[in-house]
Amino acid sequence: MTDRIKRLREQSLNAVNRISAERAVLVTEFYATGIDRQLSVPVCRAMAFDYILSRKSICINEGELIAGERGPAPKSCPTYPEICLHTLEDLEILDSRKKVSFKCDDEVRRIYSEKIIPFWTGRSNRDRIMSSLPEEWHNAYKAGFFTEFQEQRAPGHTVLGNKIYRQGLMGMISQIRKEVGSLDFIHDAMAYEKQEELKAMEIAALALIKFAGRYAEELENLAKKETDSERQAELLEMAGICRHVPAHAPRTLHEALQYYWFVHLGVITELNPWDSFNPGRLDQHLFPFYRKGIEDGSLTKESTVELLQSFWIKFNNHPAPPKIGVTALESNTYTDFCLINLGGLKPDGSDGVNELTFILLDVIEEMRLLQPSSMVQISKKNPDNFLQRTLKITKTGFGQPSFFNTDAIIQELVRQGKSLEDARNGGASGCVEAGAFGTEAYILSGYFNLAKVLELTLNNGFDPRTKKQVGIKTGDPELFISFEELMNAFRLQLEYLTAVKIRGNNLIHRIFADNMPVPFLSLFIDDCISNGMDYNAGGSRYNTTYIQGVGLGSITDSLTSIRYHVFEMKTITMQGLLKSLSADFKDFEEFRKELVYHTPKYGNDDDYADDQARMVFRMFFDAVDGKPTSVGGKHRINMLPTTSHVYFGSVIGALPDGRKACKPLSEGISPFQGADHNGPTAVLKSASKIDHLLTGGTLLNQKFAPSFFEGDEAIAKLASLIRAYFRLDGHHIQFNVVTADTLKDAQKHPDKHRDLIVRVAGYSDYFNDLGEDLQDEIIRRTEHEGI
Amino acid sequence: MVEGLVFDIRKFTVHDGPGIRCTIFLKGCPLSCRWCHNPESQAEIPETSTKTVTLDGAIYMEQEVSGKWMTVEEILEEVEKDRVFYDESGGGVTVSGGEPLFQAEFLLNLLKGLKTRDLHVALDTCGYAGWQDLALTMDYIDLYLYDLKLMDDILHLEYTGVSNKPIHENLQRLARSGKKVVVRVPVIPGISDSESNFRSLLAFLEPLRPGVNEINLLPYHSAAENKYKRFGKVNSMKGISSTPREELIVRKKELEGLGYVVKIGG
Repeated sequence: MTDRIKRLREQSLNAVNRISAERAVLVTEFYATGIDRQLSVPVCRAMAFDYILSRKSICINEGELIAGERGPAPKSCPTYPEICLHTLEDLEILDSRKKVSFKCDDEVRRIYSEKIIPFWTGRSNRDRIMSSLPEEWHNAYKAGFFTEFQEQRAPGHTVLGNKIYRQGLMGMISQIRKEVGSLDFIHDAMAYEKQEELKAMEIAALALIKFAGRYAEELENLAKKETDSERQAELLEMAGICRHVPAHAPRTLHEALQYYWFVHLGVITELNPWDSFNPGRLDQHLFPFYRKGIEDGSLTKESTVELLQSFWIKFNNHPAPPKIGVTALESNTYTDFCLINLGGLKPDGSDGVNELTFILLDVIEEMRLLQPSSMVQISKKNPDNFLQRTLKITKTGFGQPSFFNTDAIIQELVRQGKSLEDARNGGASGCVEAGAFGTEAYILSGYFNLAKVLELTLNNGFDPRTKKQVGIKTGDPELFISFEELMNAFRLQLEYLTAVKIRGNNLIHRIFADNMPVPFLSLFIDDCISNGMDYNAGGSRYNTTYIQGVGLGSITDSLTSIRYHVFEMKTITMQGLLKSLSADFKDFEEFRKELVYHTPKYGNDDDYADDQARMVFRMFFDAVDGKPTSVGGKHRINMLPTTSHVYFGSVIGALPDGRKACKPLSEGISPFQGADHNGPTAVLKSASKIDHLLTGGTLLNQKFAPSFFEGDEAIAKLASLIRAYFRLDGHHIQFNVVTADTLKDAQKHPDKHRDLIVRVAGYSDYFNDLGEDLQDEIIRRTEHEGI
Repeated sequence: MVEGLVFDIRKFTVHDGPGIRCTIFLKGCPLSCRWCHNPESQAEIPETSTKTVTLDGAIYMEQEVSGKWMTVEEILEEVEKDRVFYDESGGGVTVSGGEPLFQAEFLLNLLKGLKTRDLHVALDTCGYAGWQDLALTMDYIDLYLYDLKLMDDILHLEYTGVSNKPIHENLQRLARSGKKVVVRVPVIPGISDSESNFRSLLAFLEPLRPGVNEINLLPYHSAAENKYKRFGKVNSMKGISSTPREELIVRKKELEGLGYVVKIGG
């Protein structure tokens, strides 16, 4: 690591996360002019974007090679009052909470209280959404059956393809003008809408070019003042780069990285889309620039590494924008889920691993930063040395990169109707979500609490916590004479609640399409320009809305317990079981011990339990998959929790698997914490009994002691473990390599372990930043010790 | 149907032969090594022990039976579950104990079953068996993991309860047969980690080369202390700690200098 990178990395690590009111002030000024009443919505949004970019402060950090910050300084984070409005209490919580805080000074509070709050109260998109959703949705939401992603952040979840490496914004503008010129106002009823959207895209494209120009100007100013001639030359070179990109296609690796970074800033300034934005297949996109630079002598391996490291630091400077309300209190990560993809296949189906792939792995290992997150795509065509090199990074214990099955992802995408080539250009983003990069809007709509559906079924549709009839009446469970009858009632409740969620999704999609278009983001995702349609309105080639199932292990074990104890072994009656649950097992301790220790469990390659996993998965799939969205797409499922299994657990009483009330559910498709006792192969076998190819992603977490990674032979065995899971169509697996003792020590002495990063669930986080319950849970997760 | 007494079937074993393996532990052993890691594997009958289970601070005493009578088919069904992992890693099945040859007839049936399923099979044996029983396994075994515990016969008798003569003779015959054999040497502090034992080992192995060319040094660990307590057995090794790793590395280097392939920990 060069001194320059060391300094920048330290600066990034030490920067304090704080709230900046700059964007909120600018967007409020813009809307306060009332100009929005004279313009179409997309044009207005593009002009607001231009207004912000023309005025926001320019930040160039000392010594950096890639320039551009979203806020006025690293980790200075803007707000988006047009999406959701922070109250003064929210700002206070963000400032004072112990974990994942955002400092908020008096000036920001004053501005909020005098300008931002008075202007936006009742006018934010969140207000619009919440007042439009039906009562059934609100009841189910409050009861904790699902979360809503678009409530506080804009739809995003998209990843860039290779478009910007081939085309500058000027080229996109000519295409836009051609599209406008060929609009048919006689036969195309949508022609006017298309014209406005295309106009908006052009305004947004020009806004970013001007923004880069402001950077070029400032770089030139700095160069004039610079006394060090070497840095002066660098600053002038950077200025030249900012004059060339994003207007024109990049010619060098440095230009390619700076272009991407400007686009990234544009996307996360326009709105606050989920999972920030993501360059995706970085080794594929950058390899031609790298090869050319090495050939013509303008790059060395060392200078390439330094540029990439400088690029890495930019991501770490950009925390996820802070939430409001309850989620401001609970939300516990700075991560904005940008997931770099390495390896996988080329569009022609051949092995995509190249020299730059290995250089990028070196960068990941050396930088050891929270952001960006990284993953490797492993296809059967990728070489073993690539997989083994990656495992050696995993061994160092910061939870990155995670492992994805390229061949499964391609089949998942093709099943959903993507072309083979678009599928091969895809990968995974966010936690584990599969997508066709550069051509797909794949929106995560919310987590869905599978385990709570059973609680509802056992209460005939009544939610014991909110004391409301949230579900439908499926019968008194004490009268059920067979397990099939129970499963049928469960299916009806599941169908009802997913329908409530889907209805909400379709309403929210329209609200975003009509009120919060993103003409800037739309420039980069095909075919928004040629369709003349916004990303949020279904302009992309593929449009998918996901509902993410949570708690597979918990629901499987709970259903298995009922099948085993009530209907087959008859160790307890349904009445007795219900009594034990409502008492939270008080006076039923012995029975609870039987449930916990002597009942078949998911995660042990035991079909008796795993059959219930298959069944629940299939019911969830049937209830959601293929249902249309209101922007021309389809609903799909995936199975991942991020940290929602903790929240979802907190709204459920005791469950028949022996879990006590309010405790976390199982996470991802992993077994319930401690329920697996046959080792990792049995876990992988159980997890592969659901058909991953019917999803858009599943998440499997395995915790290993570092001793598992000692020596090349051990690494080779772990590599085979991954290959075998992927042969069974497993979508994703990740490893936490850390001892429980280390974690316990970190809980006691957080100061000594400031840099301890652990795999949470689809992403990594600083252990110190996790809530105590999540910390406890990570400690508990089974450690597979050597045998 | 003949049944065998099994005390454990473990998946994802990574130290008992190549690749990812499943190890079947048969119960019953003619030896009673003082350092035995699996004292519950010695008796040839199922044994009951008391296990404590804690939940929410409450302690429950539960009876647990070690040893389960299983048919070859039942074992094969369990083994088959992990086939994809054997295939990917070049792994397979290891039959261990106890001493697997202690149930010679059942073992032979089991090995035949494993071999008809085209699995790589390793046999982890102490070598204390009739030559006829060992010879019959040769058609089905791809790899022998063969223990040499103590070279001095008197000490062997003292610490394991049996003479090492048949063990040595069997290994000599096995090595001549051309089967692949890895010799495993438990390094027990104060017992088998002596200089003289090491020298005798080298002298014994020299004429067996190149048939025997791989040695695993198995460090002693005290993890079994709890088990002794649970099964009400006397642990005469109580409080003894492992041989320092550096000493093992010195041995490893010397063996490697002689051309052996050596691993610490198997």
